[in-house]
Amino acid sequence: MSDTTANGGRESALLRFLWKTVKLLATVALTFLGLLLATFLIGRVVPVDPVLAVIGDRAPQSVYDRVYVELGLDRPLYEQFWLYLEKVFTGDFGQSFLTKRDIVDDIRRVFPATLELATVAILIGTLFGIPLGVWAAVRQGRFADQFVRVFGLIGYSAPIFWLGLLGLLVFYARLHWVAGPGRIDIAYEYSITAKTGLLLLDSAMQGEWDAFKNVFSHIILPASLLGYFSMAYISRMTRSFMLNELAQEYVTTARVKGVPEWRIIWVHALGNAAVPLVTVVALSYANLLEGSVLTETVFAWPGLGQYLTNSLQNADMNAVLGGTLVIGAIFVGLNLLSDLLYNLLDPRVRRHA
Amino acid sequence: MLHSRTLLAATVAVFGLFAGPDARAETPPDTLIQAWAIDDIISLDPAEIFEFTASEIAGNSYEGLIGYDPMDVTKIYGKIAESWEVAADGMSISFKIKPGRTFASGNPITAEDVVFSLTRAVKLDKSPAFILTQFGLNADNVDQMVTQEGDDTVVFRMDKPYAPTLVLYCLTATVGFVVDKQTVMANEQNGDFGYEWLKTNYAGSGPFSIREWRANEAVVLERNENYSGDAAPMARVIYRHIPEGATQRLLLEQGDIDIARSLTAEELDAVRANADLKIQEGPKGSIYYLGLNQKNENLSKPEVRQAMKYLVDYQAIADTIMKGKVTVHQAFLPKGFLGALEDTPFSLDVAKAKELLAAAGVPDGFSVTMDTRNTPEITGIAQAIQQTMAQAGIQMELIPGDGQQTLTKYRARNHDIYIGRWGPDYQDPHTNADTFARNPDNSDDAASKPLAWRNAWDIPDMTAKADAAVLEGDAGKRGEMYLEIQKEHQETSPFVIMFQEIEVSAMRSNVNGFIVGPSFNDNNFAHVTK
Repeated sequence: MSDTTANGGRESALLRFLWKTVKLLATVALTFLGLLLATFLIGRVVPVDPVLAVIGDRAPQSVYDRVYVELGLDRPLYEQFWLYLEKVFTGDFGQSFLTKRDIVDDIRRVFPATLELATVAILIGTLFGIPLGVWAAVRQGRFADQFVRVFGLIGYSAPIFWLGLLGLLVFYARLHWVAGPGRIDIAYEYSITAKTGLLLLDSAMQGEWDAFKNVFSHIILPASLLGYFSMAYISRMTRSFMLNELAQEYVTTARVKGVPEWRIIWVHALGNAAVPLVTVVALSYANLLEGSVLTETVFAWPGLGQYLTNSLQNADMNAVLGGTLVIGAIFVGLNLLSDLLYNLLDPRVRRHA
Repeated sequence: MLHSRTLLAATVAVFGLFAGPDARAETPPDTLIQAWAIDDIISLDPAEIFEFTASEIAGNSYEGLIGYDPMDVTKIYGKIAESWEVAADGMSISFKIKPGRTFASGNPITAEDVVFSLTRAVKLDKSPAFILTQFGLNADNVDQMVTQEGDDTVVFRMDKPYAPTLVLYCLTATVGFVVDKQTVMANEQNGDFGYEWLKTNYAGSGPFSIREWRANEAVVLERNENYSGDAAPMARVIYRHIPEGATQRLLLEQGDIDIARSLTAEELDAVRANADLKIQEGPKGSIYYLGLNQKNENLSKPEVRQAMKYLVDYQAIADTIMKGKVTVHQAFLPKGFLGALEDTPFSLDVAKAKELLAAAGVPDGFSVTMDTRNTPEITGIAQAIQQTMAQAGIQMELIPGDGQQTLTKYRARNHDIYIGRWGPDYQDPHTNADTFARNPDNSDDAASKPLAWRNAWDIPDMTAKADAAVLEGDAGKRGEMYLEIQKEHQETSPFVIMFQEIEVSAMRSNVNGFIVGPSFNDNNFAHVTK
């Protein structure tokens, strides 16, 4: 009897797991399909003629007509979408009209630039944002709180375009602390071979420390700026989560028990505030990974934001759809990751799972 | 407060750790680095290249049969061709190929390569192919029209006896550049004449070879060690994609780039004041104009068209918003072209414009829209025009849009007014006459849709005159014909032609030998030293 129960329990656990996996996969698939459909339709509503991106302004009408048919624009919309889906399922995302390369190759080139910038930025944003938020919560209503609020507000409201140029003017042109726009100096460009496309990682792995230093000196300013923006948001959220935790009874209990104040703040309260903070950080990271067009423009950073904007302005739909899929994958991925971290951080969720 | 001080110290320490004199690098002495917006490049195949940046790159990495002196375009000389001869009936031109020259691959440049390149461009039929097909060539007949005779001669045949200079200038365009047949055909797939490969690769014979094109990032050229002419002093020329003018200026001032290609008038003023930097300029063939759609009832009245030409403050715009970047020019042929009309009869004259509007039956003006590309310069010009138009009661609403967006609307003839810039495709007057003064069929589904068509301007008589000018072999007479067409055009056309562009580049003062030619494929850095 007991054997069968155990087996049945194991089987039903397996079934539950399978069902969960299927549900998850179906959700992801539907999300991607919806994303593609919406992007596709938006691309067709934009009043830009995709043929122009291919042939320019000068081509005679005969060339125009030929390319119009070649791009499949003479077919009904649903047929165009279906053809695209068929190709995507076989792993063929098509070619960009603008760069004349496979979308996959393009994304492989532009995404690491954005990934590297966003990762450094989110590290800066988190490493500074969380302590500042904690500090503001502990000193609620006092000078420190006001300072963090104003400092954050500036980061939140100043146009990044302006801050970027100002940053370049001060730290690059006047003080010479950092290198200028771009990812790496020409002199180092060919000293490292791109393996991951993340130049910090590539240069470190190949032991090219001069190149590493140069790449760092290029990335630190734009990453600090983007990090400043995330920091503003993260510190505000940390503050409010911390205020909530510090008002809880277990904090009072701990104080009565004589636990040192630093331990109460940094271990007990922050440990509990960390659970919702994971989502905040993950969302900030996802936003950064979409690529920031303005930052990328000012800093001549060849990333995803510039690529997508340029493609959209030229109605280069294969590129836009490909880029959108990447962003969709980032959001889905980070969501899953933060769910996973929830499990690790929150004992209640862990027990239920 | 200890905490904030720690934070500050940490920040400074991180910056300080990586700071140092080497954070500010000079460009290497054998490398020329230019900052430009290079996102217009869509192909590196000469049969397809038509954009500014790509044309310039092709001009420095490929060669045509013939070329001209960028300082005096009437001086045509042989590049790949040693000599040429126009047949007595004017129906063909024979080119003799220079012996002993090679491509970057080391392969010799032969008559076979020339025939291959020209027939390939016609058969691929990409955007610029019309520059060749307008002489009666098409995919079916080109193998008979362009042929090799003997070992070293190429014969180019036409369907009519066109003015020889027209044909020669067309062959100097990038679509006529010669590609290395052996290299290209080694990369052919499915009968595509190597197009899939060449659009991102290189098979030419110019002073530089193209090493790589990273879209929206950089183009890297290297000295062609097999170049048959004098070797270029620079080992490498790099274009960096820096779309922002302010960023370009910062990089130039710091010495991280050698040449900044797209600074605004204001930034150029700052460069002029800096002793480490200098400015180099050259007149370009591009023209800024307004196109008045004749489908709009008000704009189709001759007096209204005339009035609008008196409602632009040409000189003020050229002296302020576009300072140093344009000169006032009011005819469709740019200065430097055969037969260019240099009269500028129009200036801001509100009283006269009001008289003309009254004569047209709209004494109080009217409302109209103008599709305006959202670049700072075009927007600035448009706003200045909006103000002067309002002085005569014309309420002009500006509709901002991205480049492709405004263009889509313009090409569909859905605009009222379009503010545009037009650059000639080759150095012969026909290139602009063909679009501004010819409209063979004004119906909506016309086979040819020049600028006159886009503005619905039906001109059978002027079209006939422009067609006649193409066949006039005598350059003097031909010039007269174009002058006459332009005079009539200037008075009656729905085009308010305003300025001719001057291309201005800012560079470090140690950069010498950069040539700014009349078209982008004439911009040359083969002799640049620093």
